[in-house]
Amino acid sequence: MATLELRIDEDVATSPVARTRRLGLLFWMAVGWMIFVFVAAALANVLPLPSPTDMDMLERRGPASMAHWLGTDGLGRDELARLIYGARISLTVGLCGPVIGLTIGGALGMLAGYFRGRFESVVVGSMDVLLAFPPLILALAVTAYLGQSVLNLTCILGVLGIPAFMRVARAATLTLARREFVIAAQALGATHARILLRELLPNVLLPLLAFFLLGVAVTIVVEGALSFLGLGVPPPISSWGSMIGEGRESLEVAPQLAFIPAIALFLTVLSFNLVGDTLQALTNPRQSAL
Amino acid sequence: MLGFVARRLVYLVPVLVAVSLLTFLIASLLPGDLAYVILGDQATSDKVAALRHDMGLDQPIWWRYLSWLGHVLQGDFGRSFRTGQTVLQAVAERLPVSIELMLLAELAALAIGIPLAIACAVRSGSAFDRFMTGSAFGMLSVPAFLSAILLIYLFAVELRWLPATGYVPFAEDPIGNLRCFVLPALTLALGEWPVLMRVLRSDMIATLQEDYIAMARAKGLKPSRILLVHALKPSSLTLVTVTGINIGRLIGGTVIVESIFALPGIGRLLLGAIFTRDLVILQGTVLFVALGYVLINFVVDLLYAVLDPRIRHGHA
Repeated sequence: MATLELRIDEDVATSPVARTRRLGLLFWMAVGWMIFVFVAAALANVLPLPSPTDMDMLERRGPASMAHWLGTDGLGRDELARLIYGARISLTVGLCGPVIGLTIGGALGMLAGYFRGRFESVVVGSMDVLLAFPPLILALAVTAYLGQSVLNLTCILGVLGIPAFMRVARAATLTLARREFVIAAQALGATHARILLRELLPNVLLPLLAFFLLGVAVTIVVEGALSFLGLGVPPPISSWGSMIGEGRESLEVAPQLAFIPAIALFLTVLSFNLVGDTLQALTNPRQSAL
Repeated sequence: MLGFVARRLVYLVPVLVAVSLLTFLIASLLPGDLAYVILGDQATSDKVAALRHDMGLDQPIWWRYLSWLGHVLQGDFGRSFRTGQTVLQAVAERLPVSIELMLLAELAALAIGIPLAIACAVRSGSAFDRFMTGSAFGMLSVPAFLSAILLIYLFAVELRWLPATGYVPFAEDPIGNLRCFVLPALTLALGEWPVLMRVLRSDMIATLQEDYIAMARAKGLKPSRILLVHALKPSSLTLVTVTGINIGRLIGGTVIVESIFALPGIGRLLLGAIFTRDLVILQGTVLFVALGYVLINFVVDLLYAVLDPRIRHGHA
């Protein structure tokens, strides 16, 4: 008895130290970059930036200067301002889309994993239908019919994420539902709602949140691809994808117009992947052992 | 094995029906009336009503779905009202380009991924291994349209070795044809190899710890023979599944890459249909791609069952 308690104490005392060491410098750099982009995007109105839509035909594809820190684009618009306002679109779509997937997919997955039976078959079956389409093709087709707007784009990418979140939530619920604390709650006469919300949800939420970050990375990439193809947000709103798409036209004369938003997109996606991957390894020790 | 195939086939039917229903509903329920699109904004309401009647758009939706499905089952996916081409003609014309692109990309990805995975697995934990695993993780964050731009800038703008865009049919000029596929295939491969390498590497590390590998070493077999003959085959199980799962991503990537490099494949057909609002071609192509994707996944499932007896007898 005494040795057991001692061991638990030791674990509790050492685990935070071990964790910080495991997260490493890269992890915190990624978190730092995410916060930096997020703050810049949130404060875009307050920051002393030139307008992202004002054109200056005399200063097209201008080099970096005091007035334009990152130069100007093909229509003489300030590149830095467009980059920061573009971060708004990429982050809005990239964060709100997975929130839709997390809420609906997570709820469906938990209900399917907890109640099993016919409901589970219906949920898994309908998700299989969504998965039967290559995601980008479905996104393209639906945007084509619905029309291009930030709201439509967010909804479509959100719905496309539902199956993946459903799978994660269902897998986690399936293993948790057989654990002692759930059986104990059932024996005590807890209602289904109470078991789902108080016992299962806090445990399912962690792997879901780690997966959420990976979902953000994927969504930002898909939004970028759609905008790059000219099927994302409508102009004059800029998103990183559409900026890269516009920069492609002047690759020979001004490659920086494509490369600056490309670097921003890459660093952001990398950060979300890195943080999501690290957190996933922490929440799922069996997988990280591989 | 036969029982397994039968079970999967039975499951395939409702999925195929649901896919066709979803494709139909996307095109029918969402705003944008086909009759208006064909006749333009200035059309009188009489003309629109007449065309709607001709096309059966005034029928109830379930009836339209059934008659559309009936045509599809007879191989009639519809006909473009812009070019007069049938969907099947348009798809058949462009399918070889997309398939060539995807095959070359997958080959290139395997050619990069497999040697790197073996090299990393042999010296797992070494500086080389950590560097390659890190690079693979970084590459996973580079979307296809980014690597495409980078490759165009390097090889077409700066070095001028390869064409940035354009397409030459294989029958006319085989070498020119391959030349215009180099950059597009490489773009897709750059996104694929990290996935393949990560999977093969971790499987290979596990295999190399098996007793029979130690046995083979003790017998004095050449290390290269042990790696390529004894270790590679049992390690490549997951590789097959991942290759299958990735086809969906590859199809999406093909659309982007075909658009960037101006290759006349299925992706360009789809994008062209979207931009010209050629709804019949769009609907038909989406259905065609989804059906193909479902069937490919079905084949990959079977292939996986052939390779791994546990799947055949399990409830997967």
